[in-house]
Amino acid sequence: MIVFFYLFALISLILALGVLVFKNPIHSALSLVGTFFCLAAIYVMLNAEFVAVIQVLVYAGAIMVLFLFVLMLLSTKDNDQYALKLNVSRGLAVAITGVLMIQVLTAFMDPTLRFGEPGAYPVERIQEIGSIALIGQLLFTEFVLPFEVISILLLVAVIGAVIIAKRRVP
Amino acid sequence: MAFVTTTDLIPLIPELILLGAAFVVLLLDLFAPGSQRTTLAVTTIVGFVIALVAEIQLLDSGATGFYGTIVADGFSILFESLYLVIGILTVLLSLHYLDDHGIGFGEYYVLLITAVVGMMFMTSSLELLVIFIGLEIMSISSYILVGIRRRVPESNEAALKYLLLGAFSTGFLLYGISLLYGATGSIRIPEIVVALQEPGALNNPLAIIGVALIIIAMGFKVAVVPFHMWTPDVYSGAPTPVTAFLSAAAKAAGFAMFVRVLLTGIPLEAELWKDLFWAIAVLTMTVGNVMALMQNSVKRMLAYSSVAHAGYIMVAVVVGTPAALSSVIFYSCAYAVMGTGAFGILTVRHFGKTPDSYDDLAGYARYKPCLAFLMSVFMLSLIGLPLTGGFIGKLQIFQAALEEGWVWLTVIGLLNSALSVYYYLRVVVCLYMREGSVPDGAVLEVAESPGFALTGLVGAASVVVYLGVFPQTLLELAASSVSTLF
Repeated sequence: MIVFFYLFALISLILALGVLVFKNPIHSALSLVGTFFCLAAIYVMLNAEFVAVIQVLVYAGAIMVLFLFVLMLLSTKDNDQYALKLNVSRGLAVAITGVLMIQVLTAFMDPTLRFGEPGAYPVERIQEIGSIALIGQLLFTEFVLPFEVISILLLVAVIGAVIIAKRRVP
Repeated sequence: MAFVTTTDLIPLIPELILLGAAFVVLLLDLFAPGSQRTTLAVTTIVGFVIALVAEIQLLDSGATGFYGTIVADGFSILFESLYLVIGILTVLLSLHYLDDHGIGFGEYYVLLITAVVGMMFMTSSLELLVIFIGLEIMSISSYILVGIRRRVPESNEAALKYLLLGAFSTGFLLYGISLLYGATGSIRIPEIVVALQEPGALNNPLAIIGVALIIIAMGFKVAVVPFHMWTPDVYSGAPTPVTAFLSAAAKAAGFAMFVRVLLTGIPLEAELWKDLFWAIAVLTMTVGNVMALMQNSVKRMLAYSSVAHAGYIMVAVVVGTPAALSSVIFYSCAYAVMGTGAFGILTVRHFGKTPDSYDDLAGYARYKPCLAFLMSVFMLSLIGLPLTGGFIGKLQIFQAALEEGWVWLTVIGLLNSALSVYYYLRVVVCLYMREGSVPDGAVLEVAESPGFALTGLVGAASVVVYLGVFPQTLLELAASSVSTLF
C-alpha cells in the first residue's frame, strides 16, 4: 500500500512541476488534470472515497474543462511569455522557500511529532457506516452551521460573477 | 448527537438580520431603477442599525449555539458592533462616490453587507472551519468590491493582486488548520486547547507548524510586514469608500481573529512566539512609516500609514496581557473610525476631481473649510495628539508595554509616532497654508459637499473627539470583554 502512495505522490509531484515548466498552456493544464487524478488515488487509499469522487468530478472534470475552454479561447501564438524564466529575485524566492521547505520536512521527521486522538470516527467506524453516509449525517448534525454558512459564500461568488460578467452598467 | 434547535440561532440573530437586509437590497435593486439609488443605501443603513440594536440586546445574554461553537460574548459583540458602525459610515461615504464614478451596481451594498456578515462569523465562532468560511465570505466580497470599477485598469490590477495574494494566504490558513487538526484531533478551539495542554503537546512540530501557517495567513489579512505588499496597490486601486472599509473593518476583524485564536485560545509557549511578534511589530511600524513618508499620493500615504498602525497594534499583541488586549480593542476601534474618516475626505470631489496628491488638497481651508477642519481632526488623531481617540489608544498600548518592561519596544513605537508627524502634518499644511488655484473652467458647485457623506464625516470626527475626551466607556467595555475571553 505504502508503495502505491509513494508512486502516486511521485507522479503528482512530477506533473505539478510540469504545470510550471511546460511552455504550452494546454500541456500545463493537462498535467494539472494528471495531478488531480493522482490526488484522488491518494484519497482512495486514505479511506476517503467520497472526497476522491468529488475530486475527480469537480476538479478534474468541471474546473479543468473550464480552464481548457478559457485557454483555447484566449489562445495566443506566442507561448514563450508563459515560460518559466529565472532571474535574481525569483532565484532568491526559490532559495528562501527551499530553506523553509527543508525545515518543514525535517519537522515532519522529528521524533516528537505526534498525531492527535483519532476522535469519534476512526477508520473502522467509517468503514462500518460508509463514508458517504457518515458525511451526510455529520453535515446535517454536527457541521450544519458551516454547511449552511457556505451557501452565503456561494451566493457572494454568484453575485460577483454577475457583476464581472454584466455587459452594460445601467 | 442532539439536533440543532431554534435556540441555537439566538447568537446569530444579528447575522440573520443582515442577511435579510442583503436579500431585500438585492430585490430592491431589481425594482428600483437608476434614480432611486438612495433607497438602496437607506435600506442598507436600516439593516445595519437593526442588527446593531440586536447586538446590544444580546450584550448580557451569554447566548451560545451550535454545540457551543457560536458565542455572543462581550468580545464578539463589541467587535461586531464596530463592523456595523463602520458599515454604516461606509454606506454614507459611498452614495456620492458611486454616482460620481458611474458605479451603478446595487450589488455594491449587498457585498458590503455580506462582507460584514463574514466578519461577524469570524469573530463569534469558536470553530476554525466556520472562522475560515467567515474569512472567505469577507475576502470574496472585498475582492469584488475592490474591482467593482470594471473599466478602470488600476481597479482591475488591485482586484487581481488582492485575489491572488488572498487566495494564497487562504491556502496557508487551511493548511495550518489541517495540521493543527492532525496534531489535536479537533477544529474547535476549546477542544484544541485541552488537547494541547497534555504534557509535551506544545513541542509537537505539527502544532508549531500549524500555528505558524495560521499566523502567516492572519498577517496577510491585517497587512503586517513582510505580508503587506498588497496593501498600497489594493488600497489605492480600490474605490475610496471600499478602501476605508477594508482598512478599518477588515483589519479589525483580522485582529479580532488574532486575539480569539492565538492570544487567548491556542496556548503555545509564549517565548517561542514573542520573538517573532516583536520582530513583526518593529518591522511593520518602521516600514509603514518610512514608506508613508515617501508617498506623493495621499491615498497611498494613508495606505502605508494603515500598515504602520497595524504595527502599533502588534506591539500590544507582543505584550499580550489582558490590559494590552483591551488596548488592541480600543486602538482597533479608534483607528477604524479615524482611518475611515481620513479616507472619507478623499471621496468628496473638489472642483470636479477626487483629490489624490497633496497638491490637490491645497486651498481646502478657503473653499471647503468644513472638510479641511474635519480632515485636520482625523490627521491629529492619527498622529496621536491629546484630546483625540488616537492619543488614548497609543497611551493604552505603550502603557501596557511599559508595565511589562518592554521599554525599548515602546521607544521604537514613540520614535515611529514622531516620524509620522511629518507626513500627517504635511496634509494639514497643504489644507491650510497653501493657496489653491481654481482650475480653468471649473465652477465652484454650491452643493459640492454631499449631505450623506458630510453626516458620516461629522459623526466620525465626533466619535474621534469623544473617544479622546471621554474614553472611559469604551475602555471599560474593552476591559470587560477581554475578561470574558479568559
